[in-house]
Amino acid sequence: MTQPDVVMDVRNLSTWFEQSGGLFSRGQHQSVKAVDGVTFDIRKGEIFGLVGESGSGKTTLGRTLLGLVPATAGQVLYKGQDLTTLSEKAYRPLRRHLAMIFQDPNASLNPAMTVVQGVGHPLRIHGLASSRAEVRASVAEMLERCGLAPATNYLDVYPEDLSGGQKQRLVIARALITRPEFVVADEPVAALDMSVRAKVLELMMDLKDDLGLTYLYITHDLSSGRFVCDRMAIMYLGQMVEWGDAALIYDDPHHPYTDALLDAVPLPDPSRRDRQKRLPSGEIPDALSPPRGCSFHPRCPVARPDCGWGGRDLIDALEHRWTRVDADTFERELDMVGDLAGASADAATLRLPGADAEQVRSLLTTIGSTLSPSLVDAVVAVEPDRGDTVVVFGFGPEPVGQDVAGRVVACHIHGVTRRPDGKHGGRVPTQG
Amino acid sequence: MTANAPMPEPALRVRDLQVAYGTPRGSLQAVDGVSFDLAPGESLGIVGESGCGKSSMGRGLMQLLPPGAAVGGSVLLNGEELIGVDAGRLRRARGEDIAMVFQEPMTRLDPLMRVSKHFVEAIRAHRPEVSKADARQMGRDILAQMGIPPTRADNYPHEFSGGMRQRIMIALGIVLQPTVIIADEPTTALDVIVEAQILDLLDRLRTDENVGLLLITHNLGLVAETCDRVAVMYAGRIVEIGPVVDVFANPRHPYTQGLLRSVISIETTKLVSIDGTPPDLVDPPAGCRFAPRCAQAFGDCTTVDPVLADVDVGHRAACLLQTGSYPQRMGVTA
Repeated sequence: MTQPDVVMDVRNLSTWFEQSGGLFSRGQHQSVKAVDGVTFDIRKGEIFGLVGESGSGKTTLGRTLLGLVPATAGQVLYKGQDLTTLSEKAYRPLRRHLAMIFQDPNASLNPAMTVVQGVGHPLRIHGLASSRAEVRASVAEMLERCGLAPATNYLDVYPEDLSGGQKQRLVIARALITRPEFVVADEPVAALDMSVRAKVLELMMDLKDDLGLTYLYITHDLSSGRFVCDRMAIMYLGQMVEWGDAALIYDDPHHPYTDALLDAVPLPDPSRRDRQKRLPSGEIPDALSPPRGCSFHPRCPVARPDCGWGGRDLIDALEHRWTRVDADTFERELDMVGDLAGASADAATLRLPGADAEQVRSLLTTIGSTLSPSLVDAVVAVEPDRGDTVVVFGFGPEPVGQDVAGRVVACHIHGVTRRPDGKHGGRVPTQG
Repeated sequence: MTANAPMPEPALRVRDLQVAYGTPRGSLQAVDGVSFDLAPGESLGIVGESGCGKSSMGRGLMQLLPPGAAVGGSVLLNGEELIGVDAGRLRRARGEDIAMVFQEPMTRLDPLMRVSKHFVEAIRAHRPEVSKADARQMGRDILAQMGIPPTRADNYPHEFSGGMRQRIMIALGIVLQPTVIIADEPTTALDVIVEAQILDLLDRLRTDENVGLLLITHNLGLVAETCDRVAVMYAGRIVEIGPVVDVFANPRHPYTQGLLRSVISIETTKLVSIDGTPPDLVDPPAGCRFAPRCAQAFGDCTTVDPVLADVDVGHRAACLLQTGSYPQRMGVTA
């Protein structure tokens, strides 16, 4: 049921990109699940933050909402219409209500158009102005609203004559010239200098009140999110891991990834540099082969045996261990597991060609505690098979969002139950 | 520095560094008389906005500038002058004594060359007596220290993630045990968690290997987290320099004050910015270059060019609100 104040109602939305695997892959197709089954809503007049590292899918999600990238599955309901199924023709009259502000003002302004031409362009496209004078008047008004006053100083200049902050004001003016209702702002201040960021953010917040806007604010920078956002979602590898009220999430994060992100944010206060930080190891994994179960488990400081450990994790853990041991230990252990480059890992198994099961078992017993303890606890069998050794991992379902302390969190530490589809059955979330 | 605590011989001693670029409108003085010392094992943050000259300064130290750029002044590396030496000596210094870490590591690695081969070439270019096998082993060891598994040493650069490439670049930079690392926005292309990992790594090098670290960044948070001292640059000059704790707690220059107030952090409750834009460095204004944007400017500010003056122990600022900043009191060294 769509609540009356909901501007965008996003249901189980996925955006996958087909990868053709390259020249030598003999037609094998893989897909990158850039956005993978997200459900949330954006309410009238709010700033909804989408926060995540590069590769988390936040930009793709924003573009999918505006129809700039086709959705693979799910719905984007705007005023009761599913934008994902609209024809180009049916979409066109809606576009002026949906706008986008891009990160790089230099790339989003046409250097060959004067300010009045560039900012006024959408008015002509949408047939919102009938004469040149009308365009000029509308542009002048919007420029002044965006802090480029008096507008007569700016109307006939080219973007290159303006500073970075002024250019971004121009980008904002162009996005708002059609009087949209919903605006996706993708890293709107990331390319700007610190001393002007605040100005541009302030402008965006003022315009929201003046023009009755609703924003989706996409950022990798948690610092600005707290001040700017009403509600927010933390994304990781195409999924939302924690979403709800922004202040609640900042004050008391309940997903280990949110925790880690907040710990890693540098504070401009040298007297607190020695505070305890829980930094996860490694980086966001390849979206072509996301980890089994919870995508964050390989980096998670509180991962448990049922978080989805698998064959690839064991290889990574061994390799990581070998950066910290001497050359002899490395050679000996490499010998015990055999040729790692030839090992094949699938979701829940690791096949070590030519390795001796007894040796692998004894290695895992001795060094298990130096890897992640929950990784070794997730191993249910080490078996010989046709001259190879197969390491088998146990149950590792994908977490789903559940209500935790006033927001939605997708993490097993808040409870795991088995479900036949491989996801676990937490309580079904109500909107956070 | 303080009179009663003798500083160790600086790893880097920079005096009156000048970097100028030729432009159709005339000479652009990107760096105009920068002086500082960097002690072994010390980390000095250089902060400022785009166009303040911080990157030109870093490149000027190594004389890695585009054709047509002119470098002047003095750069003493462990007591040896680098400005004006021949190309061979410079090349040696760049590989052996100073490591440079840049923003985008992928553009610095040869995509067609295995990572291990990068090490063999870099090591043998400086130490031809080292065998290929030994060079390869040196590479593996340093990579392992930087967190790259020895099993991955023979991979190609594209097979690594952004953070791992930056680790490889750092490993490559430090394999010949330099005394100074110049890191120019080393984490700007990385995510916040990986950024923290890389900074941990640089910090470990500094404390364990006694390497001096010059961290050039626009991010004041990073400086607060990692540096001992900070220098704030504006329009080609250092306007304030001192211990990070002092400068952040008690900034003396109005520009530093504005910059610190404009930082947006998790604890921000009010947005503040600095009005105006930096001056044109082809034709900088007379007097203090920040005066046109400064809320505290008074009569002298548009005519008298302030010099760095002591405001506290090891803490100096160039602002006429500090009586010592009037040039007739010149004579204090960095």
